[in-house]
Amino acid sequence: MTDLLPTARSGPALLIKGAPAEDTAHAGPTVARGTRRRLGPGRAVPFGRLIGPVLLVALWWAASASGHLDPRILSGPGSVLSTAADLVSTGRLQDNVLISLQRAGLGLLFGVTAGVVLAVTAGLSRSGEYLLDGPLQIKRAIPSLAMLPLLILWLGIGEQMKVTVIALGVAVNMYINTYASLTSIDSRYVELAEGLDLGRAQFLRKVVVPGSLPGFFVGLRLGVTSSWLGLIVVEQINATSGIGYMMFQAQQYAQSDVIIVGLVAYGIFGFASDAGVRAIERKVLSWRRTLAG
Amino acid sequence: MATHPGGLITTAPPAVRTTRLVRRFGDRVVLKELDLTVAPGEFTALLGRSGSGKSTLLRAVARLDHTVEGSGELVVPERVSLSFQDSRLLPWLRVLDNVTLGLRGPGARERGLTALEEVGLAGRDRSWPHELSGGEQQRAALARALVREPELLLADEPFGALDALTRIKMHGLLRELYERHRPAVLLVTHDVDEAVELADRVLVLEDGLISVDLAIDLPTPRSRRDARFQEYRDTLLTALGVAQPPLPTTG
Repeated sequence: MTDLLPTARSGPALLIKGAPAEDTAHAGPTVARGTRRRLGPGRAVPFGRLIGPVLLVALWWAASASGHLDPRILSGPGSVLSTAADLVSTGRLQDNVLISLQRAGLGLLFGVTAGVVLAVTAGLSRSGEYLLDGPLQIKRAIPSLAMLPLLILWLGIGEQMKVTVIALGVAVNMYINTYASLTSIDSRYVELAEGLDLGRAQFLRKVVVPGSLPGFFVGLRLGVTSSWLGLIVVEQINATSGIGYMMFQAQQYAQSDVIIVGLVAYGIFGFASDAGVRAIERKVLSWRRTLAG
Repeated sequence: MATHPGGLITTAPPAVRTTRLVRRFGDRVVLKELDLTVAPGEFTALLGRSGSGKSTLLRAVARLDHTVEGSGELVVPERVSLSFQDSRLLPWLRVLDNVTLGLRGPGARERGLTALEEVGLAGRDRSWPHELSGGEQQRAALARALVREPELLLADEPFGALDALTRIKMHGLLRELYERHRPAVLLVTHDVDEAVELADRVLVLEDGLISVDLAIDLPTPRSRRDARFQEYRDTLLTALGVAQPPLPTTG
């Protein structure tokens, strides 16, 4: 126990470790050295977030180069790279990536818009809350992907269905988090706005929107992740294009390297979009002081 | 404009007039047909024990008590500013944007800068609220209240959360700003010394009615060591039902 508290209690710790008892026991008041135990995470390292992913790739490389990795199960980074180069030179990768990005982007756009409009409506008016919040909380309990059979029945298997599935997942994430943040805006700020005779529009712009931005960004990050998830699923249902379709085809021809290229593409886009949202969040919410700095 | 001790002599329409004002929370009647008149430019302090209805009265005059039951007549000017115990600056707006929040018309920015300068925060307009000290935040809140050129300033224990040294400085600043702009002031406080030092009229609220209405006839700036200051203070403490301590206490 005492070993866990080194600096502040150096006196007693020394005593227990068997130092001459008489000398330290009456040495007067305990002297603390250095600064106190740090409880926050400490200073940030530039690009520190990249260390984990880079390490993972290095491990993969090492395992495959040393022959520990059977290429029939998982191709090495080298062959994946050359396959990727082939796919790029034929234009197959770009075409598929572009169509996937379009689906995810459209789904995200519609989902974010719908989620935010619903959250603001439910958060600012009682009737909105009573009409919208219940159904949306129920919808939250049903995974969007579970709605797939119904959506295929209604919308067919075309682009419309694909974008709708993605948008649904995004919208629920956006709604839940934006609504939670919006309804927890300090009532004292509402009172302030009333005291300053702010109009509806100004109240929205100066109090409601900035006050619910933290939740909006939490929702956006979850929404971006869920849009990739939705994309992967819908692109394996009767698709004729997209990264998912490319991977599905590769599965039938047992091309694990093409599958890896697809996975890496998903991974890169997922990571990049999350990092993008994070960067915007840091900039927009610069007024906040948090544990992470 | 001269002050009118007790608000007795005035030709202009009053800044505040409540007639038989009643406010109740459930069965508990907090304000019992309260009549109050505050003259334009009059600095009035409102004392009372906790639960006496000070804040209820202030919120009624501020017309912020949407959900409170009540009756009675209330006349207040058009331009009313509020200041609270917490500075209530929006953390996502820079100091200047906080000060000019809700301000309409051209020149809002310049007026905001002038107000900041007046409260001693020149050059801090681009700061975030959390970068200011507690006293500076309260100064910014004061600038936000003053930039509207209020005819009535309602202040709910604006110095309650400040340390003793900062509070002394803020007393001086508030009195100085009051003398320059001359709004009517209704200052809710629990600090008798603060009331006597700042206000020209001190009211004591007791059981939903005004039990004491005392004009403070002392030149400003006032010294707490003045014998008459002590007299006013003792009178008010007695009215508040507090045994008078032999030595003045701080805070």
